[in-house]
Amino acid sequence: MSELLQQRQEEIAEEFEFFEDWMERYEHIIELGKELDPIAEADKLDEHLIRGCQSRVWLLAAKDGDGNVQFRADSDAIITKGLAALMVRALSGLPPAVIVQGDLWFIEKIGLDAHLSPTRANGLRSMVQQMKHYGIAFQAQG
Amino acid sequence: MSKALDAAALRLQFPILNREVNGKPLVYLDHAASSQKPIAVIEAQREYLMHYHANVHRGVHALSQQATDAFENARTIVQHHIGAEESCETIWTGGATDAINLVAQSWGRAHIGAGDTILITKMEHHANIVPWQMLAEEVGAHVEAVEVLENGALDEEDLAAKLAKGPRLFAFVHVSNTLGTVNDAKALTEQAHAAGATVLIDGCQAVPHMDVDVQDVGCDFYIFSGHKVYGPTGIGVLYGKRMLLEAMRPWRGGGEMIDAVSIENGTTYAGLPHKFEAGTPHISGAIALGVALNWLKGLGAGAVMDHEMMLAAQARKGLSSIEGMRFIGTTSEAAGVVSFVIEGTHPYDIGTLLDSQGVAVRTGHHCTQPLMERYGIPGTVRASFGVYNTLQEVDTFVAATVKAVRMLRG
Repeated sequence: MSELLQQRQEEIAEEFEFFEDWMERYEHIIELGKELDPIAEADKLDEHLIRGCQSRVWLLAAKDGDGNVQFRADSDAIITKGLAALMVRALSGLPPAVIVQGDLWFIEKIGLDAHLSPTRANGLRSMVQQMKHYGIAFQAQG
Repeated sequence: MSKALDAAALRLQFPILNREVNGKPLVYLDHAASSQKPIAVIEAQREYLMHYHANVHRGVHALSQQATDAFENARTIVQHHIGAEESCETIWTGGATDAINLVAQSWGRAHIGAGDTILITKMEHHANIVPWQMLAEEVGAHVEAVEVLENGALDEEDLAAKLAKGPRLFAFVHVSNTLGTVNDAKALTEQAHAAGATVLIDGCQAVPHMDVDVQDVGCDFYIFSGHKVYGPTGIGVLYGKRMLLEAMRPWRGGGEMIDAVSIENGTTYAGLPHKFEAGTPHISGAIALGVALNWLKGLGAGAVMDHEMMLAAQARKGLSSIEGMRFIGTTSEAAGVVSFVIEGTHPYDIGTLLDSQGVAVRTGHHCTQPLMERYGIPGTVRASFGVYNTLQEVDTFVAATVKAVRMLRG
């Protein structure tokens, strides 16, 4: 299953390969944000909020019938939502173990690693951490 | 009319403004968070560290005396800059936040007790809210805040009603960092004094933009930080009336602030201003802040204000063409702040897209969450101007904002 994660990351990296500057990258991230299915207002509960972002980010996770983790995410800022869309695309539908252990190299590859610093306000780091936490929790459930 | 500033020429004195950000020339519009430093200030710190660094007030050797002279000379510069009667009324602090905490913990603990009220306003920076809440919690007092009108002005009626209840202290911001509102410090001080309240003014956003004369204003305490007025970080100023400062207990104990220390007989404290300056101070910071204030004075306060008003007016004019534009704080452009939200966009998105075009603005709540709550918004985009900003930069900022909005709405 970790091949699937590998494959997804390669796809994303390829997609970002030809952007020449940040405005182009952001344009694409905004598109991804717009394409991500929004979370219903009723599900936007404080308990699903991720802390440490200037914008609000909601992250929900559930285990499907095959034991894989399905993620849903949303944000009131569209760039943050685009980043969330990338994370969902990389990790959703994978087994908990792959989520916990997976090396998310694509983040650095597409130049978003600067956004991972704890001082950045976009919440990408918190998002990654929270997704891994969900992985650990589901793993523990067995 | 004062002589107009030549911002293009002034920029040459700011080395940092030559750099690029994300491949674009830097347009720095975050002056209200921290100003960039002119070469004179950078050199003053360097000169001190290269040639006469030593601890102050205690050595008999040449370096220590030279450092002490420069350090105390800087205090005199501050005194004259804000019109204090005596130099001992200006205390060096670690910053504006530190200065407010000093007043809260020293004056506050002696004068505010159970059941007392501390009056602030809804446009205060967290630094002028939280120290009072902490004090109130400790002594059983409570904090009240004067309402802010839709245009960003203080609600006069609410102020009168809250002053009539006899608060012990009225602590308010001279110029709002989020709204740009310029409060009439003198009139508010008179009103508060008439109601029997002691007055503390947060002047962080006033000193960089206008002439301040604490004796004319008549306030009891006035504070500002160094790094927002072209000086270094880690240094700030507390002005207090001598009578009040003399009666106050030191807040922090240590070296430098003592007269004599004895285990058996206890300790007696130094006089003003040293009794509030425990430990080795930020010597290079104080010296460079003196240089910064002299440098600013050389430009002429009238010219500084005119220039920044012109930039703010141009920014508002340009931004007005954007559909769904809502300016937050519309009373005055004097402080060189333009704060706004744009319908259907998040401040964070605008700020990120501006950054990738080389334009530095602040987004978020600007440490004024109660104000954001009052307007029912999560935050704003804030452009704030300094003497080195040009009309051309304002145009770049407006064009970059238009582009960002187009991308976000796309």
